[in-house]
Amino acid sequence: MKPILEINHISKKFRIRHQLVPYLSLRDRIVDTLTFRRTTSSEEFWALNDISFNVNAGESIGIIGKNGAGKSTLLKILSKITLPSSGNIISRGRVASLLEVGTGFHPELTGRENIFLNGSILGMKSREIRSKFDEIVEFSGVENFLDTPLKHYSSGMQLRLAFAVAAFLEPEVLIIDEVLAVGDAAFQKKCIGKMDEVAKSGRTILFVSHNMNAVYSLCSRCIHISKGKIQDSGSTDEVIKGYLKGGSEQTHVRDYEKSNQLIGDDTATLLRARLMNKDGHTIEYIALDEPCAIEYVFRIHRAGLNPVPNIHLYTNKGECAFIGSIDPKGGFSSPGIYTATMWIPANLLNTGTYSAGLALSTLSPTIVHFYEQDAILFDVIEDMNKRETEWKNSLPGVVRPRLEWKIEKK
Amino acid sequence: MEYEIKPPGKFKINFAELWEFRELIYFFTWRDIKVKYKQTVLGAAWVILQPLLLVVLFSYTFSRLLSMETGTLEYPLFVFSGLLLWNIFSSGINSASNSMISNANIINKIYFPRLIIPISSIFSTLVDFTIQLGLFIIVLLIYGKYSSILPMILLLPISLVITLLTTFGLGSYLAALNVKYRDFRYIVPFMIQVLLFLTPIIYPVASINIPMFKIIFLLNPVATAIELLRSGINGTPPEWNLVLLAFTISLLFFLVGVAFFRKTEQYFADLA
Repeated sequence: MKPILEINHISKKFRIRHQLVPYLSLRDRIVDTLTFRRTTSSEEFWALNDISFNVNAGESIGIIGKNGAGKSTLLKILSKITLPSSGNIISRGRVASLLEVGTGFHPELTGRENIFLNGSILGMKSREIRSKFDEIVEFSGVENFLDTPLKHYSSGMQLRLAFAVAAFLEPEVLIIDEVLAVGDAAFQKKCIGKMDEVAKSGRTILFVSHNMNAVYSLCSRCIHISKGKIQDSGSTDEVIKGYLKGGSEQTHVRDYEKSNQLIGDDTATLLRARLMNKDGHTIEYIALDEPCAIEYVFRIHRAGLNPVPNIHLYTNKGECAFIGSIDPKGGFSSPGIYTATMWIPANLLNTGTYSAGLALSTLSPTIVHFYEQDAILFDVIEDMNKRETEWKNSLPGVVRPRLEWKIEKK
Repeated sequence: MEYEIKPPGKFKINFAELWEFRELIYFFTWRDIKVKYKQTVLGAAWVILQPLLLVVLFSYTFSRLLSMETGTLEYPLFVFSGLLLWNIFSSGINSASNSMISNANIINKIYFPRLIIPISSIFSTLVDFTIQLGLFIIVLLIYGKYSSILPMILLLPISLVITLLTTFGLGSYLAALNVKYRDFRYIVPFMIQVLLFLTPIIYPVASINIPMFKIIFLLNPVATAIELLRSGINGTPPEWNLVLLAFTISLLFFLVGVAFFRKTEQYFADLA
């Protein structure tokens, strides 16, 4: 049997304009033309570079890679939203994408009306929507609000409704991008269950996610994209293992000094920051059972105050995981360059994406010398091969400590 | 079903695909109509009030104050018949030219033939038109013009086709331009205002003696479409050679507009 998708040497070029407006204005165009002046310079950027692979009917393929690796561009090309610059794709089935659920929802329309509108935008026939209407409503759990305008829904309800519509699409190839990043744990579980069901029903799935756990549980084959090229492909086990290992070699560091974006006041400025592993190497993500450290370097310009370094760690849902701080007891009273390192022990944070805000503040009188929000972003990842159970889904919670248990038989 | 995705190619309208997506045209049109008068106290009554208030305003200013002569046709009927087609043009252009921007969030995420968006935004103005036509017929009856109704209805399809082709061509052209240059958001309302005065809606063609205006009327398909409709109401014979010219020009508008739209459409998701 011929593959359902044949991707042959796909490349996509973007022209990056060095101009700070998000769209062209006619005036600029006219002025530029009249004065023979170029107010914009452009640079080519290959978001995808010669990507080829085949997808067989019934396969579930995971696509992983760092932010900006080109995963989303690939999916956009596969779903015909944007066209490739070169190469071609032969598709032998209806492709539907969940690049973002809830596309086309209108706040003024009711839940019922939005189900029809959204379903139709996603490519369902109205006959199809009518026949699945009850199931969709039941899955979403918004029965009582069907005739309420969507603008009065909570964001959670909107999301559930959106996913419910999308879940009942029946294309031959389903493209899923990061839908699991949203919703509460119970709903996420429901979604994974639904996708599992879809995968087992013999449909083809292309699944893009940063959630290694979800990729692991859904996909048999995996493709790792890095800088627009296929870095690795093969069985999910192997590719994820390579991806995790590769992670510890990649650099992830903020250098405010070099980029001339010094942050601070007349007492102290932030110079550099990084995430590192126990060997002192700069890393971008860390395994669940490995310790890591956030390190930042700052300069104290004048003596007299008693600043305290503190790190604010947030989840990607915006919950504060903790604020780590220490009292240096006058340690920074003399000017100079200091390095502050906070160690996060192994088996403390749960899997997920975290953002660290770096601060230096004096407590009395209260002065914040600098606070750099989202200075460091990193992932905590679990190597599924180390799980001894059949249960391969992600676990809820911000922390996942290994606590001491005692079990006694009476 | 097998298809190929490849780099931007040459221009072609895929009618089979548009037909495939006909339900989406329906849903977009339906959405635009539903949303249009949400959170207004009078709701759909605006469809009727809007032209009625204009007719009253124009009748007072031009007929009462300036005593403009419109031949056998009473001024209110004269101006109403003009506004009937003009409203399709003006609101069609207005909504079509903004349609790509206001649906950018959908365009960026889901594929469907992009032409559906300007098509459905013009379809939604047709619903308003149908209601206003009903109102116009009632007004004709009030004025006792019983014999005018049938000839008008017979000529209406031709007027409508000319108006729609022009509106759709210009609308999709502007929709595509608007994605690239947002300036058109400000240019379009002004342009419509200017065109209102260059079309014989509030004044009859006969009242103008400037040669340049005569040429503009000739080249303006909407002007001819309006005149055609009025000749039906008046019972005067239509000038068929002018109608043919207007039809040709409107077809040209349509083809150029759609070709430009199709050419630009391949970059919409990258630009919007």
